[in-house]
Amino acid sequence: MAETVLMRNFDRANSHTLAVYRGAGGYAAWDRARTMEPGAITEAVKASNLRGLGGAGFPTGMKWSFIPKSHTGPVYLVVNADEGEPGTFKDRYLLERDPHALIEGMLIAARAIRSALGFVYIRGEYVQPGRRFSAAVKEAYDAGLLGSGFDLVVHRGAGAYICGEETGLLSSLEGKKGWPKIKPPFPAIKGAFGQPTIVNNVETLCCVPPIVERGAAWFAGLGTKTQGGTRMYSVSGRVKRPGVYEAPVSITLRQLIERAGGVSGTGRLKGVVPGGGSAAILRADEIDVAMDVDGLKAAGSMIGSAGVVVMDESVSIPEALLVLARFYAHESCGQCTPCRESTGWIYKMVHRIVDGHGRKDDLDTILDVARRGGGTTICAFYDGAIGPYISYIEKFRDEFEGLCRS
Amino acid sequence: MPKLTIDGKEIEVEAGTNLIEAARRLGIEVPHYCYHPGLSIAGQCRLCMVDIEKTPRPTIACNTQAADGMVVRTDTERVKQTRQSMMEFHLVNHPLDCPVCDQAGECWLQIYYMKHGLYDPRMTDEKVHKPKAVPLGPHVMLDAERCILCSRCVRFCDEITATGELGIFNRGDHSEIGLFPGRDLTNNYSGNVVDICPVGALTDRDFRFQVRVWYLDTARSICTGCARGCNVEVHVNRRRPHHADGRRVARLKPRYNGEVNAWWLCDVGRYHYGFVDAPGRLTTPARRGPNGVAEVGWDEAIAAIAEALQRHAPEQVAVLASPLMANEDLAALRRLLELRGVRQVAFDVPPAAPAEGDDFLLRADRTPNRRGAELLGLGGDAAGILAAAREGRLRCLWVFHHDLLAAGWPASEAAEALARVETVIFTGTGANATSDRAHWVLPAAAWVEREGTFTNFEGRVQRFRTAVEPLGAALPEWDAVGRVLAALGEPATAGRAEHWFRALAAIVPAFAGLTYQSIGDAGQMIAGASSAGAPAPPGRRPQVPA
Repeated sequence: MAETVLMRNFDRANSHTLAVYRGAGGYAAWDRARTMEPGAITEAVKASNLRGLGGAGFPTGMKWSFIPKSHTGPVYLVVNADEGEPGTFKDRYLLERDPHALIEGMLIAARAIRSALGFVYIRGEYVQPGRRFSAAVKEAYDAGLLGSGFDLVVHRGAGAYICGEETGLLSSLEGKKGWPKIKPPFPAIKGAFGQPTIVNNVETLCCVPPIVERGAAWFAGLGTKTQGGTRMYSVSGRVKRPGVYEAPVSITLRQLIERAGGVSGTGRLKGVVPGGGSAAILRADEIDVAMDVDGLKAAGSMIGSAGVVVMDESVSIPEALLVLARFYAHESCGQCTPCRESTGWIYKMVHRIVDGHGRKDDLDTILDVARRGGGTTICAFYDGAIGPYISYIEKFRDEFEGLCRS
Repeated sequence: MPKLTIDGKEIEVEAGTNLIEAARRLGIEVPHYCYHPGLSIAGQCRLCMVDIEKTPRPTIACNTQAADGMVVRTDTERVKQTRQSMMEFHLVNHPLDCPVCDQAGECWLQIYYMKHGLYDPRMTDEKVHKPKAVPLGPHVMLDAERCILCSRCVRFCDEITATGELGIFNRGDHSEIGLFPGRDLTNNYSGNVVDICPVGALTDRDFRFQVRVWYLDTARSICTGCARGCNVEVHVNRRRPHHADGRRVARLKPRYNGEVNAWWLCDVGRYHYGFVDAPGRLTTPARRGPNGVAEVGWDEAIAAIAEALQRHAPEQVAVLASPLMANEDLAALRRLLELRGVRQVAFDVPPAAPAEGDDFLLRADRTPNRRGAELLGLGGDAAGILAAAREGRLRCLWVFHHDLLAAGWPASEAAEALARVETVIFTGTGANATSDRAHWVLPAAAWVEREGTFTNFEGRVQRFRTAVEPLGAALPEWDAVGRVLAALGEPATAGRAEHWFRALAAIVPAFAGLTYQSIGDAGQMIAGASSAGAPAPPGRRPQVPA
């Protein structure tokens, strides 16, 4: 079995406490980083090939380097812990079982971007992760890790998926309706409260201490040419052992399903969502694909948040799409027109088809509406929604047509 | 300054200009809903997509600043298809109730559907239902189903008035405009949200269901609600009088003038035109005698007034002019005073209760032409004139517009004064306690029934034009005064307001060189005056920490 980096402390008793974290070598990376020049930290992260693990897969070191050098006011570090992508539950484990890894990662990142204040935006439904993390923050303050050059504010979300979109999160953090912001300007130039801001995912920042401690080359070597390290895959659905699995990003989808005990239910695979609800579905014959950013892109899907949802042959694809279509209609923030109007419209059409009142031309209408709206919106929400709309219907059209009356 | 190409035409624009404005200058319309030049960029409607060279997909023009060498196309197949898609999305949940919608005829959903939509509708499912006919405040009615959620009204209340009454509630296709709990849309600029609403979601409670907009005629005018002189359009219903019970002025709409009011108009000004078609309008010259009131012809009234002015010594004659009168009226009056040697004149009658201005456009001075009356030298001692009348030193008093019994002095003293004057002449648009005591009553045309100019508080001379015919036999004041002048032997006073403006420009140095042509639609400052421009809206001022 490959090396565990992110989940290295998960099996220790009371892994969420400072004492246990320190006992396992925690905060050694921070001790080292505080002697490093900020620029050198960013260079190390660049060299590690760390890419954002929240969904977009953007190179982390490059993102950090976008903070304007000439800026003299505050710079904010914001952690996106609003984990809401369907099929994804990795950040909750990190917050619950290794909250100090995130705090340490934040301390190092804050030094790299010269930030004195960080915010951790935790999904409102994450009660236990929120408690654990807040307790860890208190411990870190008491130990003087926080409060001496870097302060950290925990902010709880209120149950909107869109607040996991980085600029929707910033709007919400600012006390406004959680609407994504139009870009440009990008957050690194003008983010939270109008100041340069870096928004990183929980898991991404948890990778930073090991990079500082063990070296960028080591981290890069764990992964592929274009993406370093390991990542945590949330595997759910029809597998025998659902859960979070850490693996190098070079693992294939077939290997990952095998690690999760193989397909349950009928035992015969029908399709897999490889990267959270917004990723295009893969058929059973498409699972020999590397689970990194570029591997899945080449396969016409995306790694996204690495939420893997396995469906065996007994699963109805139209019903699976109905669940997601309802989700997108419910969670669209309503700010821009194509997403606001068509997520609801498509949900109604899919609902009608599943109810047995569909027409075959509804399928073409869904595909056309989805394609017309793609790429026209403020944020990536709608482009995520059309992943399932299009792929489920294109890859399993017979199943949909079988439900249509005419 | 960046130079760019739009649809093959080159244009140079100031840095920071967005592509909608750059295209507009070339006469190319980029359709849009959420963008408004007076508000922040929202980028929500997604209709203003254009193709930019080296950009992989269409980009919103509102949030794209012109850059040097940029090559933009607004006419590609991809742009046309995107616009069509956006129109379909905007209309998916729209009730399509144009036949009963007040916005029909000036609705941007209708206009853009015909220009950029024209698709076959594919939506066959139940539409989302939302609240209808919801009063948001005294002037504005909301139909949330018609709303396209462009957020212009929300941004207006946040960024212009800084009152923040409105928000968008709920998510997705259940999103709707609404009031925050405990709030009403009562700010003094609420009517503007109706103007900027591109669809029939926000309608004007005063205007709705009065008349179809395609029956309206419009004229460029000036608001007379205060001394700022906001530029307006007067919309009148002359073609379907039975649709609105004979009400002719249907509404005022702000007209852009960056030096005065920008895009905006306050509610005090917007809704102050009710007197024009009110039942109390004076429509016929009348004589009050021992046997009561008799309607008379203009010729009889003019002859009698001319005779009275000739009969009484100048020291026994006084005139109370009004800052409601146009420069032209005041010029004619000044000529009359000079001709007869009358020196007792004033225009500033103290109001019963002083009005207050607000923190934006509305001025405490609720008259449109105080500055003009001052420049024409008609200022004087109104209280002194009243005292002279009470003491029996006046034989003839001509009052324009004022109700001396509702002014800032005791009504009994005013009544006593009027009772002691042999010939009281009243000129005004509406009856009041003073006209009720006048021996001669001359009906004046309201400002929408005539043309002329006002001089605003900064010294900007602005033209207003005739929107509708005078009611009954009413005449502009310059015309009535001119007729008296003619009766007194003054040679040919032409039957046009412009004649009096020329005469005024020739004798009052501040107006030297000004003509109707040079004033145009934007107005022109008098000699030596300078304009501070339209004030910064409260929501745009730098915030001073408490």
